[in-house]
Amino acid sequence: MSATTEFPGFLRQDGRKGIRNTVLVVYLVECAHHVAREIVYPYRKQGVHLIGFSGCYPNRYAFDMMARLCTHPNTGAVLLVSLGCESFDRRGLAQRVKDSGRPVETLVIQERGGTLTTVDQGQAWLEKTLTELEETAARVTMTVDELVVGAICGGSDATSGITANPAIGRCFDLLVENNASAIFEEGGELIGCEQIMADRAVTPALGEEILSTMEKTARYYTSMGHGSFAVGNADGGLTTVEEKSMGAYAKSGSSPIRGLIKPGDVPPAGGLYLLDIVPDGGARFGFPNINDTAEIAELIACGAHLTLFSTGRGSVVGSAISPVVKVCANPETYRRMDGDMDVDAGRILEGRATLDEVGREIFSQVLAVAGGASTKSESLGHQEFVLTYKTFEPIGPACLPV
Amino acid sequence: MLANQSGLLLRISDEDNVYVLLRPLTEGSRLQFGEQIVVCKTSLELGHKIAARDIASGERIIKYGAPIGSATRDIRAGEHVHLHNIKSDYIPTYTLNSETE
Repeated sequence: MSATTEFPGFLRQDGRKGIRNTVLVVYLVECAHHVAREIVYPYRKQGVHLIGFSGCYPNRYAFDMMARLCTHPNTGAVLLVSLGCESFDRRGLAQRVKDSGRPVETLVIQERGGTLTTVDQGQAWLEKTLTELEETAARVTMTVDELVVGAICGGSDATSGITANPAIGRCFDLLVENNASAIFEEGGELIGCEQIMADRAVTPALGEEILSTMEKTARYYTSMGHGSFAVGNADGGLTTVEEKSMGAYAKSGSSPIRGLIKPGDVPPAGGLYLLDIVPDGGARFGFPNINDTAEIAELIACGAHLTLFSTGRGSVVGSAISPVVKVCANPETYRRMDGDMDVDAGRILEGRATLDEVGREIFSQVLAVAGGASTKSESLGHQEFVLTYKTFEPIGPACLPV
Repeated sequence: MLANQSGLLLRISDEDNVYVLLRPLTEGSRLQFGEQIVVCKTSLELGHKIAARDIASGERIIKYGAPIGSATRDIRAGEHVHLHNIKSDYIPTYTLNSETE
């Protein structure tokens, strides 16, 4: 498959290109959530997405995540909604968005006269901004090598590791062949795969970094007293976290691992990357991934234009900012929930398709969605988002060998 | 009645000591392992594991050619392999009480 496939994109000031031109409405504390949601509601099918951070205490990671998301290539403009007394650095965030060349406005509820006036002013800004974006968008041609694609599994069962995950792995191989960036993430469901991953690293030093990251992960989850394993995983035939891991690992395909990144690190060039989402410095704020949505937001903060989501039990989630392509592993789940699924990978189990065929189908879907086609979760209005407290140290020099 | 075993049991890797069910099995289904006939005690969803041979307590369970836990008691060929007879070698699996067998 050649890299000549082109699709329309939106050029940003930093040189990156987006596949969507989304307006973000961002609440900066839970107390501003309702007002922000009211502003968005009538516009929720016009490319206006709601994201936010609930906490009132400051957190470096949450600020950096927000800054990355508000300047993500799929983001066209940003409206910040603040109560007024929370600790989030709203001026710093607004400045980052402004510096990125995007329209930005901040509404402080306490200064604007409360709920109703803030909603009115927010919607007036949306009206104006949606028209402006339509007129001023820098529409350009984009190619597959400019894409960043994430992968995650959620609602896994024992079929995930046999059908959807290895099929996503085949798609990842095609993306990497075409010099796109492909990111798979490590949130405790790669425990048991440390050595095989380290052996795939492009340098021995990167392999060492992967091993020490995995040690951190095992330590972290042990101190939480809980693996990355939900009750439904067991219903679906998975028994242990390492069994789930072996299935999850198949998403990575067979390319060499080119780098180890943390939330907010954007891959510097095409290739396969491992995203470490487990906090540094000991267990402080709770579980690394309170749910699948938190991990999707972290993939997006690394620049993912879209996310491939493998599910066996049947997850329905989508995401704000970047579309989610649902790859259904279990043929029985697909028959029950086909309205939520983009790809029927369970055909592999029933002998109706091969892994390679489904891998190529996912690759074609990636190009179609990049070109503007809606995924099922997008059409259904899914725009899940969550952001929690975390602590990270910057990655070391061995994590991104040139 | 004897289940049609072609297209029913998948051994992912040659070293595996468990099969994966490719179709659901109803209670009372019979599977043939060599000379033995094994009767399925409960109905099983697709994706669940069946022992491919006798496995001794403490032995590693191999799937995808990799260890996925250890047997907590002796397991006979054809038996359902799950929470009741294997455990993680990393982090114990959390289940609701109703999920344990």
